[in-house]
Amino acid sequence: MPDLALGDVKVLDFTNLVAGPYCTKLLADYGADVIKVEIPGLGDGARRLGPFPGDVPHREKSGLFLHLNTNKQSITLDLKTEAAGSVIKELVKESDIVVESFRPGTMAQLGLGYESLRSINPTLVMTSISNFGQTGPYRDYRLTDVMVYGMGGEMYSTGIAEREPVKLGVNVLLYQAGATASVATMGALFAAREQGIGQHVDVSIMETQAGSIDRRMSTLIGFQYTGEITGRNPLGGGAGYPFGATPCSDGYFEVSAGRGYFPRAVKMLGSPAELDDPKWHAPGAQMDMELKQEFDTMLMIWSLERTKSEAWAIAQESRVLSAPLNTMGDLAADPEFNRRGAFVEIEHPVAGTLKYPARPFIMNDSPWSIRRPAPLLGEHNAEVLSRLGYRAEDVVRLRQQGVI
Amino acid sequence: MPKLPLEGIRVLDITVVWAGPYCTQFLGDLGAEVIRIESLNTFVPLGRGPMAHPTEETLREMAPWTGGTPDRQPGARPWNRYPIFNAHARNKLGMTLDFLRPGGMDIFKRLVKISDVLVENNPTETMERLGISYQLLQEQNPGIIMLRMPAYGNDGAYQNHRAYGLHIEGVIGHTLQRGYADMDPSANTSVLMSDAAAGTQGAFAVMAALHHRKRTGKGQLIELSQAENTMSFLGQSFMDHSMNGRNATTLGNRHPHAVQGCYPCKGEDRWVTITIFDDVDWSAFTQALGNPDWCREDKFSDPISRYRHHDNLDRYISQWTKLLDANEVMQLLQNAGVAAGPVMDQRDAYADPHLNQREFFEEVHQEDTGTHLYPGMAYKMSETPIKTRRGPVRLGEDNEYVYKTLLNCTDEEYSDLEAQGHIGMDYPEEMP
Repeated sequence: MPDLALGDVKVLDFTNLVAGPYCTKLLADYGADVIKVEIPGLGDGARRLGPFPGDVPHREKSGLFLHLNTNKQSITLDLKTEAAGSVIKELVKESDIVVESFRPGTMAQLGLGYESLRSINPTLVMTSISNFGQTGPYRDYRLTDVMVYGMGGEMYSTGIAEREPVKLGVNVLLYQAGATASVATMGALFAAREQGIGQHVDVSIMETQAGSIDRRMSTLIGFQYTGEITGRNPLGGGAGYPFGATPCSDGYFEVSAGRGYFPRAVKMLGSPAELDDPKWHAPGAQMDMELKQEFDTMLMIWSLERTKSEAWAIAQESRVLSAPLNTMGDLAADPEFNRRGAFVEIEHPVAGTLKYPARPFIMNDSPWSIRRPAPLLGEHNAEVLSRLGYRAEDVVRLRQQGVI
Repeated sequence: MPKLPLEGIRVLDITVVWAGPYCTQFLGDLGAEVIRIESLNTFVPLGRGPMAHPTEETLREMAPWTGGTPDRQPGARPWNRYPIFNAHARNKLGMTLDFLRPGGMDIFKRLVKISDVLVENNPTETMERLGISYQLLQEQNPGIIMLRMPAYGNDGAYQNHRAYGLHIEGVIGHTLQRGYADMDPSANTSVLMSDAAAGTQGAFAVMAALHHRKRTGKGQLIELSQAENTMSFLGQSFMDHSMNGRNATTLGNRHPHAVQGCYPCKGEDRWVTITIFDDVDWSAFTQALGNPDWCREDKFSDPISRYRHHDNLDRYISQWTKLLDANEVMQLLQNAGVAAGPVMDQRDAYADPHLNQREFFEEVHQEDTGTHLYPGMAYKMSETPIKTRRGPVRLGEDNEYVYKTLLNCTDEEYSDLEAQGHIGMDYPEEMP
């Protein structure tokens, strides 16, 4: 048994969908013991979102759920029942951390608000992840991932000036919210372990974007300093060429080699004689739109003769900041990432063996590990209850009453 | 008064650009003593800003978020005034030291001896050239935690590949999954999500290692490949490929099954986003609009049919939103229980009643920049509240404290190091 970084940390997890489960996945994958509480018969909403094999919905086969819930145990509890309340309170006693992502106020309505949980366990860390935080005028508003980017993040400057602003891919910002919550939770765990202080951590998904380094903090400060708004650039504008995606024989390849980096781009193209012309090297040449068109044509002739990975390799020999625009299939097949262990095959009793993204980072002395696949709904009911001292017949009774 | 959670932890910060500095800012916010080490003799592009000594004219050409110094003036020390740097520089100390000059490595080793953590995010060969390795750190301090954050990895074919976040996005497959559905990726804006992901999860990694060290007494080496670190964020698409061999493409602003879009509002370049999931949302939506006739058309009668006629529906929705202010649309729809929110530019964010009521912005003073309202913390803690204790760190502003108080340098040593180009608060004038 390897020594796990968070092997001595116990987490009770009331989260749902993406942001909360990603936070507790990080904790679980680095060793924490995470018990996920789900609604009987229904479970985490992610179980109803795809992708599903062959697009056939099945609550144990959602790719999103399987990915987000590795290494967790699942118990089902109808939180509106008194019997469930007493199970929860016993679990809270032995937990270091509770993470929840209900609408603000729901935990309190269930009798599980921070004040009541703290009276059971004074050093408890409770992390609440919500759309807009536990306070403020938008507290009860709904939020979707496009709104996260529009209200919290930098959507206003994403896209081209001729068109509407455009969002990022799938639900990536909800993962960023979960990652931020994991930092906050670890901070609170330090205060609990070192100083015996329990506390409530309030994570507003909107603020995880408003406080994000992915341009929002810089554009906010830029506005504060200058009164100027950062908006969308017109198509093809904004940066010195070569900049952006160019077609290859099998897709696209992206380069950034404007201004000071221009000589690297010349080298990448094999230093053709026509690029010796002083017009390319005059001050301001990199912002000249006619020259840009001429250069982009040369670049395209070069790139269309190559695959995106060939182009990337040649570009990197000249230290050109560049990338192939990979598909998920390209990524999953990439020999380097496979060799390094960026992916892992996980066997699941219902969904079968599938390839998943593996560790975000390598801890050399307390490794990331898969100890169990995502749990079946209520898979650990009997195990968890019996550990708490419930007898087999109590478990039967709770089942009959619909508590679990 | 409780201490901040990481008080007593000392972090050496030799990070560049964004991913690394964002990581150490999280640690500084939580109370760690973060010492940012910079060289007076190297100006990392996009590090402390675009240029050390810009003219007023070159400054004016720069985008507000990179080169937008206060009132577009360079000031005496432009490198302390750039938004692109000051966005990740709070709650840190600043010292200067040149690893490449005589005595530099010796000072660095003395610092390692008295520190808990070192964070770096340079190309692998840069670290090799400097001779900084985990082994070297361990020789000085067996309990040290080292976080390395290369773009792709510290070994193998990509170890020295040059990348900004936008390139990492391309490699891991995000770029092809965002942007307009009806345009090719050359219309894509550079986004730097992987910097945010690496900074955040890097801070988590350091704290996990500190937690582990407390129990075992052992430090360790952590390798965070910025590409691998962000792959999980695309888990849904990755799993779809694993399960169905499908390669996700961009949907623009659309949702896989709900009606969703970004619609024009009253005013110039004003937008609102709206998502309508199911029949409950639809009836709330139509009621909020006052049940216009088009809502009752057969083609909008159920979710599948609405999705099939999305373009048509978008035109009707736009006709309605165009007459209203984006905030009005949000309030009308949210009060009816429908998800809607404005696309906020930076002015909107500063004026936003929600962010303001939650005291998200903080007034911060920094000597070379003046007093301004800065975006604050990405989360709130009830008992150990975190805030900006120090404004964006100025180049070398804590040299005296680090050299004299922490390293016990004598005045004579200090002035020798000054003469050798290690210590100072200004880049050489000849640096562009």
